[in-house]
Amino acid sequence: MATFVKFTLDGKIYLSEDGAPLVEAARACGVFIPTLCNYTGIPPKGACRICTVLINGLPATACTTKVVEGLNVQTSTPELESFRQAIVEILFAEGNHLCPSCEKSGSCELQALAYRYRVTVPHFPYLFPRRDVEAWHPKLLKDHNRCIQCKRCIRGIRNPAGKALFAFGKRGDRVVINIDPVTSQNISDALAQQAMDICPVGAILRKGKGFDVPIGRRTYDRTPIGAELRS
Amino acid sequence: MDKTIPAVIKKYNGDETRLMDILIDIQAELGYLSDATIARIAKTLNIPQVDVEQTVSFYHFFAREPRGRYTVYLNDSVVAQFHGRAAVVRAFEEAAGCAFGQVSPDGCIGLFDTACIGMSDQEPAALINDVVFTSLTPAWAREIVAGLRAGKTVAELQGDRLGDGQNAHPLVHAMVCNHIRRRGSMVFDDYQPGAALRRVVALSSSEVIAQVKAASVRGRGGAGFPTGMKWEFARKAPGDVKYIFCNADEGEPGTFKDRVILTELPQLVFEGMAIAGYAVGARQGILYIRNEYRYLRAYLEQVLSDMRANNLLGPLIVGQAGFNFEIKIQYGAGAYVCGEESALIESAEGKRGEPRDRPPFPVEKGYLQRPTVVNNVETLCSVVKVILNGPEWYNNLGTAESKGTKVLSVSGDCEWPGIYEVVWGFSVNDILKMVGARDVQAVQVGGPSGACIAPKEFNRILAYEDLATGGSLIIIGRQRDLLPEVVLNFARFFRDESCGSCVPCRALTGMAQIVLEKIIAGRGTPTDLDRLSAWSAIMKRNRCGLGQTALNPIVTTLKNFRGLYDQRIKAGDDRFEPAFDLAAAVRDYDRAVAGT
Repeated sequence: MATFVKFTLDGKIYLSEDGAPLVEAARACGVFIPTLCNYTGIPPKGACRICTVLINGLPATACTTKVVEGLNVQTSTPELESFRQAIVEILFAEGNHLCPSCEKSGSCELQALAYRYRVTVPHFPYLFPRRDVEAWHPKLLKDHNRCIQCKRCIRGIRNPAGKALFAFGKRGDRVVINIDPVTSQNISDALAQQAMDICPVGAILRKGKGFDVPIGRRTYDRTPIGAELRS
Repeated sequence: MDKTIPAVIKKYNGDETRLMDILIDIQAELGYLSDATIARIAKTLNIPQVDVEQTVSFYHFFAREPRGRYTVYLNDSVVAQFHGRAAVVRAFEEAAGCAFGQVSPDGCIGLFDTACIGMSDQEPAALINDVVFTSLTPAWAREIVAGLRAGKTVAELQGDRLGDGQNAHPLVHAMVCNHIRRRGSMVFDDYQPGAALRRVVALSSSEVIAQVKAASVRGRGGAGFPTGMKWEFARKAPGDVKYIFCNADEGEPGTFKDRVILTELPQLVFEGMAIAGYAVGARQGILYIRNEYRYLRAYLEQVLSDMRANNLLGPLIVGQAGFNFEIKIQYGAGAYVCGEESALIESAEGKRGEPRDRPPFPVEKGYLQRPTVVNNVETLCSVVKVILNGPEWYNNLGTAESKGTKVLSVSGDCEWPGIYEVVWGFSVNDILKMVGARDVQAVQVGGPSGACIAPKEFNRILAYEDLATGGSLIIIGRQRDLLPEVVLNFARFFRDESCGSCVPCRALTGMAQIVLEKIIAGRGTPTDLDRLSAWSAIMKRNRCGLGQTALNPIVTTLKNFRGLYDQRIKAGDDRFEPAFDLAAAVRDYDRAVAGT
């Protein structure tokens, strides 16, 4: 039997299961905290920092924070909002994101957040990095231009033997997510689909499935991200 | 097929958490880690290749391609630049016939830049196949290359050049100098190995912690966390298996005190670890030491085995039933961020050195998910002296909030660079006088992650309550062009050393470098300065200390040397994009149409 605790979101008191991840508890209370590297069901990483909130006045990532009795959270301040906008802008500037030609357009969380935070003119220098498209795996295509290094695939995708399919390579702004050349030879369609679905952007695609859902009928084509929740 | 790989892996019992050791040993045998080698390692350990690649590609000293039979890693720090590195670079390149970042066409010599190797008081310095060469000159660089080509060994090229103190010990045999200019009462004082251990067994573990607490010992790595409190957390954490780490990663450019302490007083450090083990209830200690100090390895192993022989390590230490403590040495492979305690633990587990999210803290879940204490080299030394001389003695040294002494690494533009042990509370001015520094433009306190301060602040004191520092002071003379020679070098350093996990740190370190280069080139705008300030606020939201402080070189010089930026900002009406000179861009066109 789960115990419930009282906690505060933006001055209002809510009930949540003790120890629930804050991002999910907030969502259950109808409060939207943006996330990118977080994915329900896999261990949080706190890598993208976009879910930063104020816990008792101090900044912390909501994905790695667990709800406890009396937790006092501010989910939105002008500084937090402009920080979130900056994170989205930085991600656009550090990679090569060409939405109109992307198979994930409309289902892409980065694009959806860019609309939400009204990212228009660039405030960060575009880096235009030279990155590869890795198309030699039998079932998967990895477009490194679009990768935001959130590690969702690294943390969330394992083959039935429990072996990792993805891992980081290098460090700093050279960081790259590699696909294991051996494991990738032998994966099921279901796992390939799972890898594509776990990717918040269009960096991991299941070959031949990129346009299964036509543009205009994709997730955020219908409802903008977080629109069902109070902002 | 080569037997090296299975043999090395067998030596480490096929344990994937020993991947760092496995890779270091295999590279030592095979020279570099090829695709085939990585595939073989992965297969033998039964882990995916990408997981091996993940660790290999994170560390600077792991080579995925051949780096020459002899690999020159020439320090690329600010201090090396001050002391004539550029001329040494040219000499190496001309003699080797290749540029830095390349291997000579005959495969003999590889030339590579590397971040500070902990020799700032004897620059320019380089590592050549793990042998340290200090105070390099262009003539000597040419001689080294010619000698290697002629078939001489690196040891032959070092010849009879030997440093002072234990650097001349047969197992160290290095030309490195200690340059201990001032001995204080806490670290570089008389010391009887084992005396503190004999004293400690008369106390209970909680009494030991109480003494450390009563002395208000704080961590010497820079953050200043109370040591006694850290030990107590770990002692109270549930579990039978706990670990003590000594952090000897010392990667902050300009810092080299741990190198000197480990050269002259390794027993003191190891004894401190054993005391920590006694207090916390840990039986295993690990010295995590940076790859740059590989030349100390045989010597440190010998010290450990002497201590075992003298009953100061191993089972039944000083004859006390139940006091068992072992120490092993874990080498890093070139990553500044591994000085951060949770990144250090990740690295020791064979992974990339990515800082962990906290909580849980290492004292709850650290190495192999067990309660773990990570202490700086100097912190462990001070604990031994607290046990020997008592907390009152310790409390009489220093200032209100900073007790004991601090070992400073002083380098840059001064007469006597080297090691100075002073009680907390010395002002920057006191130190400048002591080290023979004149005509000082700025002092970089605490390395690049610290602050670059101007003369008007030289009356500030070194203490946790004022200028908190891990102990490095780089003195920057009037003759230096601060932005291109110092700030840009530091900006590049952080870009190279970011682990790449947090978005702001991964991207903004590089973006800030771009903006800084633009300003230095005279194409900056007032908006660029505002942007840099705004980005530092974004950087504060990174997970670890590296990311949070990575823009400090820019932020602190913007604050203290604003004039240097302003004078480079392009004057003119165009506040927005003076980088683009419209008139110049259409000049050819204007000329062409002018004649028609």
